[in-house]
Amino acid sequence: MALVHKLRGIYKSVLLSSVSQSWSKDIQKVKPNLFVRNTSTSKPSYEKKEVNVTFIRANGEKLLAKGKEGDSLLDIIVNNELDIDGYGACEGTLTCSTCHLILTKEDYDRLPEKPTDEELDMLDLAFDLTDTSRLGCQIIMTKELDGLQVKIPSTIYDARS
Amino acid sequence: MTNSGILLKCLRQLSSQNIIPHICVVGAGPAGFYATQQILKSINNVKVDIIEKLPVPYGLVRFGVAPDHPEVKNVINTFDKIAQDIRVQFLGNINVGRDITLYELKQYYHAVLLTYGASEDKKLMIPGENLKNVISANHFVGWYNGLPNHQNLNIDLNKTDAIILGQGNVAIDIARILLSPIDKLKKTDITSYSLECLSRSKVRRVWLVGRRGPLQASFSIAELRELLKLENCKTYWRSNDFKGIQDIVPNLARPRKRLTELMLKSIEESSFDNRICDKEFHPIFLRGPVEFLGFDSVENVKLSVNELEGDHFLKQIAKSIGEFEEISCGLAFKSIGYKSTQIDPSIPFDLESGRIINSSGKVEKGLYTAGWVATGPIGVILSTMANAFTAGKLLAKEVELMKQMPGYHELQKFLRKKGICIINYEGWKKIDNEECERGKKLGKPREKIVDISEMIEIASN
Ligand SMILES: Cc1cc2nc3c(=O)[nH]c(=O)nc-3n(C[C@H](O)[C@H](O)[C@H](O)COP(=O)(O)OP(=O)(O)OC[C@H]3O[C@@H](n4cnc5c(N)ncnc54)[C@H](O)[C@@H]3O)c2cc1C
Ligand code: FES
Repeated sequence: MALVHKLRGIYKSVLLSSVSQSWSKDIQKVKPNLFVRNTSTSKPSYEKKEVNVTFIRANGEKLLAKGKEGDSLLDIIVNNELDIDGYGACEGTLTCSTCHLILTKEDYDRLPEKPTDEELDMLDLAFDLTDTSRLGCQIIMTKELDGLQVKIPSTIYDARS
Repeated sequence: MTNSGILLKCLRQLSSQNIIPHICVVGAGPAGFYATQQILKSINNVKVDIIEKLPVPYGLVRFGVAPDHPEVKNVINTFDKIAQDIRVQFLGNINVGRDITLYELKQYYHAVLLTYGASEDKKLMIPGENLKNVISANHFVGWYNGLPNHQNLNIDLNKTDAIILGQGNVAIDIARILLSPIDKLKKTDITSYSLECLSRSKVRRVWLVGRRGPLQASFSIAELRELLKLENCKTYWRSNDFKGIQDIVPNLARPRKRLTELMLKSIEESSFDNRICDKEFHPIFLRGPVEFLGFDSVENVKLSVNELEGDHFLKQIAKSIGEFEEISCGLAFKSIGYKSTQIDPSIPFDLESGRIINSSGKVEKGLYTAGWVATGPIGVILSTMANAFTAGKLLAKEVELMKQMPGYHELQKFLRKKGICIINYEGWKKIDNEECERGKKLGKPREKIVDISEMIEIASN
């Protein structure tokens, strides 16, 4: 069974404690989202709009997942227990690049937050890097992004390749 | 296929249905865990025993990754889940090659996967290498990270200038540890004895020396950026090293391009950086170590002035032009890479490159390998993971189940007879707990235990 499944339980608590090390401002983006899910801050989670994301493996297989606005794509993969080997090894702290995803040019351009230097630095270590690559832990879902489709790079994640 | 052939195949399938594959993984670092993850995924009913030389797991994630990079160690949460799978056993404190041979392991297991890493360092083979304060990067990293072998490192930090030979990420880690404000390190899981020593360090200038040019630098951009941003530390580049580089930048692939642009930008910024800082970082290129000079302890390092030969920048080699430069320094680190060893004479091993001879992870029938011992000591956890996935999958696909194998049952009998105390995962958890408790008292996440007998005592309680 994929470890991503099992990560789920510990994921929240671990991430909450580990990101407090203040690595860079980008990590902070992840933190509030988790708080929203666990405790509740400004907007109760039931008011948050549900969003759909499709993850497409290199062999074309589609994985459908649901999340809430404010979730990162890494959150959505973990919460939906999607079986993607090795995904999100550093748990969203921008130090591993195992959460690499490939977007279409249009989606890449319309994402509200552009990649920071630190995200691009980690991406530079990823396999199959493209001009529209992003790290899943850094993409935060908004209402506007509902229905987003992203590709999982082939090199390592596709168990059937 | 002949009739008897078909019959044999059916018989095999029939009997193999009742045979549980017993797999042995040697080395509990990232490669061992990630390969295990794939094996568990591919085979439902399986037993995987992960044998580890030390009483504690995780390899270089515990003993290599820098203490001020705790986020990288989050991957331990994944390894922990793998170790807690009921099909997996962690068996620590067993040194394969010394306590048990590969031949013996093969008698107990259907397949063996070697993931024992690369723990030796490459030698420079130049005069003066044995002078005091010429330190191997491997030993220094092991020292601050609490590797039992290296806790008593003989290092004198009462010097102002330190030189690091090599420009990989390990070299950058060392530079950062030497140049970081001590208060930053206090909150990490760095060992207390090294923290104490570093807090009295007089090192204020660190040289980072590369044989080749900026286009061949082997550090990654994230590591360099972090160093350039270090508080109270100023970077001094030699603009001569960058002659002609600007013109090549547009033709580079993205990662190399961004890295080179960062260096060029830093040169520009440093030309009007008027800060007065306590610490200085001096990356220099096109210099090769020739000799360590000094009476008893190192005082100077003699470097050859190099130029590059060859057409493509990635394949260019450094050639000395016959001129030399000396840099005065009371401390020198050799950081030119790790290599692996042949822990058992029956392992097909390439002594030259320091790795096990293999093809996509396969060594021979029933024997596989992954991670740094298979690929050589290059790349980050991500690349080790990809490599281990491939080997783990291959092993799971090919494993032959001709007969029952005793696995752990016989292994533990054998080791008991030899008086070896196996530390299981529960034992490690006790050590882990104790380390966190001790850390709490000191205001840090963990205080590592470095004494093996103490580890064993805690684990056995
Ligand atoms: C100083 C340093 C810093 C690093 N920092 C980073 C970083 O920040 N980010 C990153 O992504 N990567 C980093 N890396 C790279 C990363 O550590 C490696 O990619 C990875 O650890 C290789 O995994 P491995 O399992 O092949 O080897 P190892 O991690 O070395 O594991 C091998 C294991 O085998 C055991 N073993 C050895 N001999 C025997 C024996 N005879 N019998 C039984 N067991 C044995 C060892 O004790 C060890 O536990 C760093 C590497 C170093 C050296
Ligand atoms: S999960 Fe590690 S960088 Fe995104």
